[in-house]
Amino acid sequence: MQPKQSIAATGNNLKIVSLISVGKHPQSGRVRRADQDSRAVELGMKLLDSGNPTGGDSLVVLHAGDPKEPGLRGYAGMGLNSVQVLELDPAADAVAPLGEYLQQFAPDIVLTGVRAEGGESSGMVPYQLAEKLGWPIVPRVADIISVEAGVAEVLQALPRGQRRSLKIRLPFIASIDSAAQDARQSAYGPASRAMMDIEIVDSSTDQLRENWSEAPAKKRPKRLKVIKAKTAAERFKAATAKSQSEGGKVMQNESAAEQAQAIFDLLLEEGVLR
Amino acid sequence: MIFEWLHPFLIVTALVLMVIGAVRRVNLWRAGQSDQIDLIAGLMAMPGRYLHDLHDIVERDKYMSKTHAATGGGFVLSAVLIILVHLLGIDSQILAWALMASLALMFVGALFVFKRRLNPPSRISKGPWMRLPKSLLAFACAFFVLTLPAAGVLPEGTGGVLLTLVLTGLIIWGMGELFFGMTWGGPMKHAFAGALHLAFHRRQDRFGAGRSTGLKPVDLSLAHEVGGVLGVAKPTDFKWNQLLGFDACVQCGKCEAVCPAFAAGQPLNPKKLIQDMVVGLAGGTDANYAGSAYPGKDVGNAKGGPNQIITEGLLDPETLWSCTTCRACVEECPMMIEHVDAIVDMRRYLTMEKGQTPNKGAEVLDNIIATDNPNGYAPASRTNWAADQNLPLMRDVKEAEVLFWVSDGAFDMRSQRILRAFVKLMKAANVDFAVLGDEELDCGDVARRLGDDATFQSLATRNLAVLSQYKFSKIVTTDPHAYHCLRNEYNDFGSDALNGVEVLHHTSFLNELVQQGSLKLNSFSGGKVTYHDPCYLGRYNGEYEAPRELLRSMGIEIAEMERSGFRSRCCGGGGGAPVTDIPGERRIADMRMEDVNSTGAELVAVGCQQCTAMLEGVVEPRPQVKDIAEILVDQLAEELH
Ligand code: SF4
Ligand code: SF4
Repeated sequence: MQPKQSIAATGNNLKIVSLISVGKHPQSGRVRRADQDSRAVELGMKLLDSGNPTGGDSLVVLHAGDPKEPGLRGYAGMGLNSVQVLELDPAADAVAPLGEYLQQFAPDIVLTGVRAEGGESSGMVPYQLAEKLGWPIVPRVADIISVEAGVAEVLQALPRGQRRSLKIRLPFIASIDSAAQDARQSAYGPASRAMMDIEIVDSSTDQLRENWSEAPAKKRPKRLKVIKAKTAAERFKAATAKSQSEGGKVMQNESAAEQAQAIFDLLLEEGVLR
Repeated sequence: MIFEWLHPFLIVTALVLMVIGAVRRVNLWRAGQSDQIDLIAGLMAMPGRYLHDLHDIVERDKYMSKTHAATGGGFVLSAVLIILVHLLGIDSQILAWALMASLALMFVGALFVFKRRLNPPSRISKGPWMRLPKSLLAFACAFFVLTLPAAGVLPEGTGGVLLTLVLTGLIIWGMGELFFGMTWGGPMKHAFAGALHLAFHRRQDRFGAGRSTGLKPVDLSLAHEVGGVLGVAKPTDFKWNQLLGFDACVQCGKCEAVCPAFAAGQPLNPKKLIQDMVVGLAGGTDANYAGSAYPGKDVGNAKGGPNQIITEGLLDPETLWSCTTCRACVEECPMMIEHVDAIVDMRRYLTMEKGQTPNKGAEVLDNIIATDNPNGYAPASRTNWAADQNLPLMRDVKEAEVLFWVSDGAFDMRSQRILRAFVKLMKAANVDFAVLGDEELDCGDVARRLGDDATFQSLATRNLAVLSQYKFSKIVTTDPHAYHCLRNEYNDFGSDALNGVEVLHHTSFLNELVQQGSLKLNSFSGGKVTYHDPCYLGRYNGEYEAPRELLRSMGIEIAEMERSGFRSRCCGGGGGAPVTDIPGERRIADMRMEDVNSTGAELVAVGCQQCTAMLEGVVEPRPQVKDIAEILVDQLAEELH
């Protein structure tokens, strides 16, 4: 495999952190390892395995919340010796303590899921962390192909199985898409045996959230598409294609100011900004 | 005869070496884990177990049972008399004649062994085993001649140096095989290990017409210990009496001959598996193994030792995952070895420690853990199949004569037809029954056979907690796997929810109803019918008659397959085999359908939704496949009101 060579060759003492949250099974609502988060752990483990065989690379699997939460065991069962837990009230805001931890620990790559399976599930955590740390974020990553000389080659997942290859300078945050490699099986023995490395941290209760009531998420209604397909192939394409935004323009050569202005105009036009 | 001292000296030497060998061998077994066995009671029971339980199995092969009785009996008697006559020098013509008679018996037996080995079937191991009949003959001849003077047939001191040398040679050969080889790993090891295996068998309740088929639970507290191992990683992780059991194997290959996975060309041969376990417990390689290989794999590459991980060098995990847990091998094994338990023990390590359940295994286990059913359906949709059935729920009625255990068939459209048929029959017979509805969970069968005993135990305890809230005198289920779990494997969890409750398969229950006259049936006129025994109903639970009686009660004359009853061939659906899906050359279900076809039947009756699914998965044209409940429901005589 290609990553094996490229990463091994450089021996870059990579520090990887995979952030994990408590998942919720869509059918039963039961606590589990979250799907995307466990793919983030899988990718972290893959980078570790393919890295410098003499060691040097490290993976920390990090959670902010209750260390006794059984959902965390599902990640541990993938073969982790320990899970790092920043102990705080699960209802508290996790971004601040996570940010502080990451700032101190200074990892090269932070892997997260795209969004949590419970709670707010806003998908904001990676962005907020990126903002706090001042790092770039790559959303919806399917794979990290190589890390060489401080630059990672990353595959981003696009609709309909397409991929976009990006080169990113370390450090960065990547949110892991459901298109990434499946997480390996979680085994009961290691799951029960893994250590929870607990660090008690200060946290502030999320004031806003206290007044919210939670309800299961519903799929957003889709805009109806009028299909004018004539052939079976067209119908098939129409039925399977994800709706791609129409209109819009690609601005590559314009100056940053022009680009910003265009975005601003669009936001005004859509009523996002008033 | 010259060298008066020579032969007693040789006998003593052989016996001393035998004892040393025995101590060494026993220590190999003792490297295993402790197991609670009453040693004295076991030893006392051993002769009885030999004469009844073991003999009942050997008796299925009349030729071999007679041969073995003559050879084995003759040898044991001769050995005792040899010690009396030649070692202790008791001067008695009667003893000498008795010795000659027993040697003659042994000789005749050995001749028949020799004859069978002239053209041996492929299932039998060759190698050192081919030498055994000759060694037996040498032993019998030599001591026969040696005893002639003592019996007064020949004068003392007959024969010259030449005869003495020849005799001495034969005696060394014979005793080398029969005394020395018994404990140092020759073919005769089976006598030594076999006898002790009968005494200290891991399933003591198998004997005396018992039927112990439930797996033993894993001690899950090991999961919290640093250095603890769930399941069997190394040979020494087996219980000591399991190791002893492996050593008892005579390599007769009866297990190989009936194994559906072997026949399908999957990389499993139960005989080789047991021999590999012997390699593991003693250390070494399989280079001396002289039987059939695992299909598709060469012999000679397996290496192991008592403290080496089995699946790293000794066994390919695929071998373990090929097994359907059909227990055909266990049923046939004359040494009463427990292959399936060993296989599941090793699977437990792969699943619970390594997380290496192959193919769909991991997904199925994840689903069971998250939703209590293998396909990950919403737990609240478990009773959707019965939306039109108006079934009483236990939650509402609290009490019923019969609790109908629906099983995961509830989620499968084909199985739902069986469930509906059974409900209709119960209604027609005015049975007072209720179901658990969404409170029922997967019974844990698949999780357990896939090695996830943690999940099995979790399901079992939660199911038992639900069951303990209600009152009923019978549980009836259409699923033999659930039936087996409820009946035989839920007892280990200290719950009294099933105390005094009769657990029944629907065919047994329906048969009761028909015999009582609660169900009136028209006679069947749909052509030739055969019946396929589900492994978990037949071999696991001994129910062969009820389904047949039901069929006969509709006037069906069953066209039996060659392999039926306790010899029934698996459909390929057990033990999670369809989930782990190890490739072979043929599909087990196809072979079973060939069995069906050779009876000329147009309909194959089954008593299991898994068998139904497997057999219906065979490409058409093929006979129809129907559960007995479905056949019955079609013959239900409508009452006129
Ligand atoms: S395991 Fe049993 S049936 Fe199989 S070869 Fe050995 S003794 Fe024979
Ligand atoms: S249980 Fe069945 S499939 Fe498994 S080894 Fe025995 S005969 Fe073969």
